[in-house]
Amino acid sequence: MLLEVKNLSVYYYTLSGVVRGAEGISFSVREGEWITFVGESGSGKSTVAHAVMNLVPSPGRIVSGEVLFNGRNLLKLPGEELRKIRGKEMTMIFQDPMTSLDPLRTVGDQMVEAMTVHGVEEAEAKRKAKELLERVNLPGDRFNYYPHQLSGGQRQRVSIAIAMAFRPKLLIADEPTTALDVIVQDSIMDILNGMKEEGTSIYFVTHDISLAVERSDRIAVMYAGKLVEVGTVDQIVENPLHPYTKALIEAVPDLWKEGKVRAIPGYPPDLRSPPSGCRFHLRCPYAEAGLCNIEEPEFREVEKGHFVACHFPGVWRK
Amino acid sequence: MRLIDYIINPLRERKPGRGLLLFGISVVLTVIIMAIFAPWISPYNPTQIGADVFAPPSSKHLMGTNNLGQDVFSRIIWGSRIILYVVAIATTLSILVGVPLGLLSGYRGGKVDRALSMIMDSIYSFPSLILAIVIAVVLGPSPVNTAIAIAFVYVPTYFRMVRGQTLSLKNQLFVEAARAIGVKDWETMRKYILPNVLPTVLVVFTLSVADAILTEAGLSFLGLSVTPPTPDWGYDLRVGQPFLLDGYWWLAFFPGIMIMLLAMGFAMIGEAINERLSLGTR
Repeated sequence: MLLEVKNLSVYYYTLSGVVRGAEGISFSVREGEWITFVGESGSGKSTVAHAVMNLVPSPGRIVSGEVLFNGRNLLKLPGEELRKIRGKEMTMIFQDPMTSLDPLRTVGDQMVEAMTVHGVEEAEAKRKAKELLERVNLPGDRFNYYPHQLSGGQRQRVSIAIAMAFRPKLLIADEPTTALDVIVQDSIMDILNGMKEEGTSIYFVTHDISLAVERSDRIAVMYAGKLVEVGTVDQIVENPLHPYTKALIEAVPDLWKEGKVRAIPGYPPDLRSPPSGCRFHLRCPYAEAGLCNIEEPEFREVEKGHFVACHFPGVWRK
Repeated sequence: MRLIDYIINPLRERKPGRGLLLFGISVVLTVIIMAIFAPWISPYNPTQIGADVFAPPSSKHLMGTNNLGQDVFSRIIWGSRIILYVVAIATTLSILVGVPLGLLSGYRGGKVDRALSMIMDSIYSFPSLILAIVIAVVLGPSPVNTAIAIAFVYVPTYFRMVRGQTLSLKNQLFVEAARAIGVKDWETMRKYILPNVLPTVLVVFTLSVADAILTEAGLSFLGLSVTPPTPDWGYDLRVGQPFLLDGYWWLAFFPGIMIMLLAMGFAMIGEAINERLSLGTR
């Protein structure tokens, strides 16, 4: 197992109270697989992604859990050890390509730095940077460009080129296509898929479930700071067991079907004081008083590789 | 963008603030040239006492002579050296101390940040001139000591600006991205945060130089900077002040106007750059 996350909780200590951004998260990522985290805004999917890198921005703090990367707990690793892993064995690209590059330095400079910090000679790094640019379909002369001279898609490709530098074992992509249009999105997805074929595990975060279905091997669904369902794409799409997953899939608009989009009624809860019991019970059509609003459902394996946290998994089919 | 571009670009373009900048730069440059070429420009020895006391401005003595018969014009020219020297040392010192501490404090956070912020805030809460006077008195009158006193007072200004900027930059994605690719902490500070902070430092620098000039003048007015007969604007201002009532206005007027012009020159450069920087983000 490449990555194992056990019982991870991240809280944000804000002025208006403690926000429980993610609680009790457990999952694993295998070598060479593409796992996608879906969920609406504020569901904690980005929080978990950052926590895996041990890069939770303040005022967030990882309050419990383990992140085992190749068997080593990243949360306990000394800073220098962690630094050596970041960028080389695991790396991350971010949602907003407009701000994830330093505006005052050229693209090439930043690419070279990504390699020299891990001990690559500067001349070698320069040569390789140009090669990487070509691999993400950017002309080599973009090396000398400043970020503001590039479009959003081009910048995101630069970020990916930086991430590719060492053929990392794990790439965390935190909504890398959200700020881009669909055509560009597709080309970015192609590049990521190419990385996967070379053996990099892709940890993809998105709120677009249709995008998740396209390329992933497995899907993890988050709701209100909790992991509610994990399974293979087939399991999730053909046989969703959690009412929230079902609702998410049904909410995807279909161009060829008549009728309105089926939205999920209600709003996600305030994570400063999450609802008791199952966090989805307030919006769940199958919730049963006396159980769902009191007892928190256990996150358990119901069929091979298919995990769900629900008292009545797949109840609508019975 | 190089730092110097923040001055050159607004000079090239016809945009608001250009006039301010032009005026500021010409005043400051004039004083700097005066200081550099003092031995060649000044018509008389500034410390030479003469029999021709209280001579009004004339073609022989452009700004008249003082109570000791020294040529005021020559003293103004030589005096620019002292004030620039003191202010240069003072601002360099306060930047060298304030900027790294601000970076560290903002980037590290936690206890280091709290301790440093508390110290800086307590310095900041003192009236700056009075604090500078106290330090200058303790250290004894000399230009270097004056510089140290002024530097001490302005460290918190740099510290607070840099710390604030660092705090916001630290949460910028590109800084996080730098950490995600394994850049060392101090390299992140030096290569990713510092260059983005420098424009702010430049503005604080030009604005606080103006303040530092007034502080220097204030200290030497109180006799805490140079010892006579060294020519110094603040000191000459004080020497001339009692003679104002006798109608010998030129003794105090010229040093006073020079202090004002120089301070204004720097303030205008700072204002112009400030305006440009905020124009860019608007």
